[in-house]
This record gives sequence, structure tokens and C-alpha cells, in this order.
Amino acid sequence: MMSFDAWQEIFDTVKHNKLRTFLTGFAVAWGIFMLVVLLGSGRGLEHGVDYQFRDDAVNSIWVSSGQTSVPYKGLQPGRDVRFDNQDYDEVRTRVPGVEYSSARYWIFGSQQVNYKNENGSYSIRAVHPGHQVLERTKVIQGRYLNEFDLRQFRKSAVLGTLVAAALFRDEDPIGKEIRIGGISFKVVGVFDDEGNEREREFIYLPISTAQRTFNGANRVNQILYTTGDASLAKSEEMAGATRRILSVNHTFDPEDQRAIYVNNNVENYQKIVALTSAIRIFVWVVGIGTLLAGVVGVSNIMLVAVRERTREIGIRKALGATPGSIVSLVLQESVLITTVAGYAGLVLGVLVLEGLAKAIPDAAFFRNPQVDIRVAISATVLLVVAGAVAGFFPARRAAAIRPIEALRDE
Amino acid sequence: MIRLRNLHKSYTIGRNRLHVLKGIDLDIGARELVAVMGASGSGKSTLMNILGLLDRFDDGEYTLDGVGMGDLSETRAAQYRSQYIGFVFQSFHLIPFKNAVENVALPLYYQGVPRKDRNERAMTYLEKVGLADRAEHLPSELSGGQQQRVAIARALVAQPKLLLADEPTGALDSATSRDVMKVLQAVQNDGVSVVIITHERDIAHMTDRLIHLVDGRIAGDSRQRRLNPDDVVVEIEARDEPPVPQSAASPATIGMAGTPGTSGSVGTPAIAAEPSPG
Repeated sequence: MMSFDAWQEIFDTVKHNKLRTFLTGFAVAWGIFMLVVLLGSGRGLEHGVDYQFRDDAVNSIWVSSGQTSVPYKGLQPGRDVRFDNQDYDEVRTRVPGVEYSSARYWIFGSQQVNYKNENGSYSIRAVHPGHQVLERTKVIQGRYLNEFDLRQFRKSAVLGTLVAAALFRDEDPIGKEIRIGGISFKVVGVFDDEGNEREREFIYLPISTAQRTFNGANRVNQILYTTGDASLAKSEEMAGATRRILSVNHTFDPEDQRAIYVNNNVENYQKIVALTSAIRIFVWVVGIGTLLAGVVGVSNIMLVAVRERTREIGIRKALGATPGSIVSLVLQESVLITTVAGYAGLVLGVLVLEGLAKAIPDAAFFRNPQVDIRVAISATVLLVVAGAVAGFFPARRAAAIRPIEALRDE
Repeated sequence: MIRLRNLHKSYTIGRNRLHVLKGIDLDIGARELVAVMGASGSGKSTLMNILGLLDRFDDGEYTLDGVGMGDLSETRAAQYRSQYIGFVFQSFHLIPFKNAVENVALPLYYQGVPRKDRNERAMTYLEKVGLADRAEHLPSELSGGQQQRVAIARALVAQPKLLLADEPTGALDSATSRDVMKVLQAVQNDGVSVVIITHERDIAHMTDRLIHLVDGRIAGDSRQRRLNPDDVVVEIEARDEPPVPQSAASPATIGMAGTPGTSGSVGTPAIAAEPSPG
């Protein structure tokens, strides 16, 4: 059935029926093109949203201290809330569902850091090992901070890539001694961070060492932890539990929104996820609509094409064409046109997406539009099948009517 | 070659049942040149369609080359058409987007002949009808007579045993008709049975046998000595040129063919009565 000769016969027909070919092809190409552009743009929006959250773990809760704003148990408002190591330990152990956790101790201002003759001024973050997960820090050389660093108050430091590059240039920083604020630390690792440039200019130190070295006593500025795979409701419970523990420890009204700030990323992320899925559903609805329009278009043209060819079919039958050969002539032609046109639409759509990606330079809301090639191919196949089905029934009818009736059709 | 026994065919049009062929008995041998005449509605086109397996019959018997043709599936019918029968139609029925040689080659495509072979054979037949120089022309670029010759080449290319021509000259002027008839006579000389459906008396007399259909039955079946189209020319031209009596006869003949009364004049064709140069 798929002989070379048969294809030549089809090419011949296609070549001589340019308008019909064009219309069929256009319906398919347009459908696929629109679908690809739509899905790709939708994906671009999703990527844009994901990019916003690329810096930190999306399932995390961040607690910062503030100032009380309402009187509570006879105490005046306006008191500073100051977290300490005990707060951190209690939150970590008593809030159910905490996965990774870390406290942050801020060493105010940037510190002079030098290695041999190189020096610069960098910000320090004193943290627990769990911070790596929370900040999505990628260790690219050596290791991150660990429990031993904390327990033994080791003077270990993990440098951001930019710090390492500035201080060490081509030298291997691992194991080297650097001085931070005049105190000697040993470099144990180098990290990268997908967040903004500033994230790569940090130096991480063990919080215990930093508290002791930089006069922090047991001060903690931020408590952060991940919630594992907690649902939104569960994460809200965890945030509530955290607030209650801290309100008892520091005697403030648990409802006081300014005494401490609990930032639930799960909640934020869920909102965005909901928005993204809304976008995705919308894109699919429109996409399927476009595809349906394409299916209807192709079907319509096939119906008309077969109708228009009734006489030709009659002639072919009089010359010895079997009904089967007529049906396969129509079908193969339809499949050929829709496949080629579908492919063209696909390529064109992808090109437009590429152009779009270049034209919109990494805007936060729209980046890296791409289309799932399997979806695009499935859509093309759907249109090809639709064209074939739409062609099949009238073709079979035309092939089945007696040639004399087909010939009479003027 | 062809054997019909008590062949019946009726159409249902709306509520009415139209009995078109009312028991046809007919034998046509190999290498015969036969004309079937009849008024419109006499069933001659229906007869040809049934002979050509383009239409089914209701009752009776049709054997073609010894094979029964009752109750064929469309696929079988297509195979027999491809194998045995060539068609020439009044309106040529060339495929408009194929050029002359492609049109001629089409029946061979359906016989599974390889493309190169197909085109060579198609060219041979185009040469036979004198149109080798028009091989690349589309039907729309050919005159009516040329189109009909292409159609004849197409009907012959698959070397059928039977050529069915439905009003082959119906759309052509008299000079062109004559050319076409010459070709058809030559076809018969080459060994093909040719059945021509016509209502033109002149054309009918260029065959060896004249069958008259009246109202779905064979009303006359007579052998005759075929006229050479070149001889008839004179008559046709003579009739066209001199004014009064003959030119009036020409439309009258056609007009008579349209009335059932024609059957009475079967034995004495008008043209035979005129002096023949031979």
C-alpha cells in the first residue's frame, strides 16, 4: 500500500491541487503552531515563577525577631525580642515536623577578610549545617559546615565562589588559612548559590564558633527550618506552634504580629503554585480549543476535498481502481499533508518561542519558554489522525458508490 | 465475449420504480464493432453501464469472457474493469490535473505496471491516436477531438478485450467525429470488441452491427456493412452545404431518434438511402 509508486501518485495529486493542499496544511500548521506557542509561553511563565523561588527552599519557615507592639501580662510594648540558642533548640525539637533547621547569627557590618596579600570586605553568616538545605547552597568544592565544626567550635569557613575567586585567584582555597576580622579561619569548602550575585559573596561560619569569636554570646537573629512535605495547613500549624513557643519564652502576645515575623514560604509558594496551575489549566483549555478548531478545519477541508473529487474518483474507478485503492489514496494524501504541515507548525512554533526567549531577556516573570516535545508531537499525531478519520468516511463512501454515479457528478 | 440473458434493471426514483431494461438477450462476439442505438430513456446508457460493470443489474445473467458478472463486489468489479474493459465517455472524463500521457498511463497504474514501463506504453498509444506531440499537454490545452483521442488511448492502453464507448462523438463536430470513428474502427481491426452507444445514425452506420433498443428491449439487431468514415464525410459535408432538402433531414433524423416511433425505420437507415460514392 505504501509503495513508492503510490506516493508518487499522491505527490502528483498534491502538486496539482495547491489550494486544497495549502488549506489543509494551513489548518494543521496553524493549530500546532498556536499550541506550541501557547504551551511554551505557559511554561515560560511557570519557569519565571520558579525562578523567583530558586534561592531558598520552598518548603521553609523563616522566623525573625522584632519589637512588641501590644502590652502583654503587664509588660509595656516596644520591647525588643532577642532570640537565643535555647529558642532555636526548642523550636527545633518541639515544633512537630521540622526537617532541616538552622539559626542565623548576624555579625553586623562586613568584615575585613584577607589571605596573604589579598583582602576584601565580606558579609558573614553564622549558621547551622541545616542552613545548606534552607538556602539551597551548592557546595562545589570541599564540604559544608558540619556538626563537629559546631560542637568543637572549629574555626572553619565556607566561602562563596566570588570570595574564593577574589582571595585565592587560581590557588586551591581548601585547607588554607584566612583571617576574618583578624581571626584565623580554615577554608573547608566553596559554595555556589543560584540566587543573586550577593549570595555568592557570603562567608559561612559555624554559629557556635562565631558567637564565641565575635562576642555573640548565645544571640540568634533568625530561626529557619524546612517543613518536609507538610501540607499548607500543616505548615501553618507549625508556624503557629513556633509562635507560641517563642511567645512563652519572651513573654509577648502570640497574636502580636510585630514581636516576631514568621514568614511561611510554603504559604507563599502554594499561592504561586495555585496561580501557576491556573495558568497551566488556562493554557491547556485554550490549547485544546485551538487544537479542536484545527481538527474541525481539517475535517471540513477533507470532507470538501472528497466531495470535490467525486468525479475523479469515478474516473479512477472506471479505469480499474478498487475501492481500497481510492480510500488509501485519499488517506495517504491527508496523512502526508497533515504530517508535513504539522511538522512545519511545530518547527515554526519552536522558532517563535526561541525568538521570544531572546527578545525578553530573562525577565523575572517569563523565562526559558519551552514546549514539551512529546505534547507537541502528540498534538500533531492527533491532527493527523483527525484528518485521516475525517477523510476516511467520505472517502469510503465515495469509493463505495458505483462509478456511474460518481461520474455523473459534475 | 459478452452474453446477456434476460437482463433486468430498474431504478427507484422517489416512490416510482422505473423498469429500464426489461429482459435483454444479447451476444457480442470477440472482435465485433457494434452500435447500440435508442432514444433517450430507451436504456442504452444503462445497458452500457452494466456491460462496463459500472452499475449492477437486478436479474438475469451476464457473462463476460466466460465469467459470470452477477453480484460482484466493488473490488472484483474494479479488477474485471481493469482487466477486460476500456471506456470512452461522451465528456471524455480525463483527469484535469494530469497531462495527456499521465491520463493514458493511469489504467496501468491500477494494474501495478511500473512507472517507466507505464509511461512508455502510454506514449505508444498516444502515438497510435496521433497525439504523441501533445503528451505533456493538460486536457484543458487540448481540443475536444484531441481529448477524446487521449481518452481512447487511455481506454486501450491496458489492452482490454472490450471497449465501451458512450456517445463518443456526442460532444464533437462532424469532422472530429469522423476521426474518432476511424480510430475506433482501427481498434476493432486490432482485435478488440467495440460497443458504441450513440443516437447518431451516421455514427451507427460506421459499425458492423446495429442494435436498436426501444423501451428497455432489443427491437432490432442487424448486421450491416460498415461505412468508411471517409465516405460519410462527403455525405455529412454534402448535407451541411447544399441548402434545402438534406440539411433539413439532418436535424429531423436526430429529432426522430428522440421519439419511440424511430423503431419503425430501423431496417431502412436514412443514410443508406442516399447515394454512396462506393
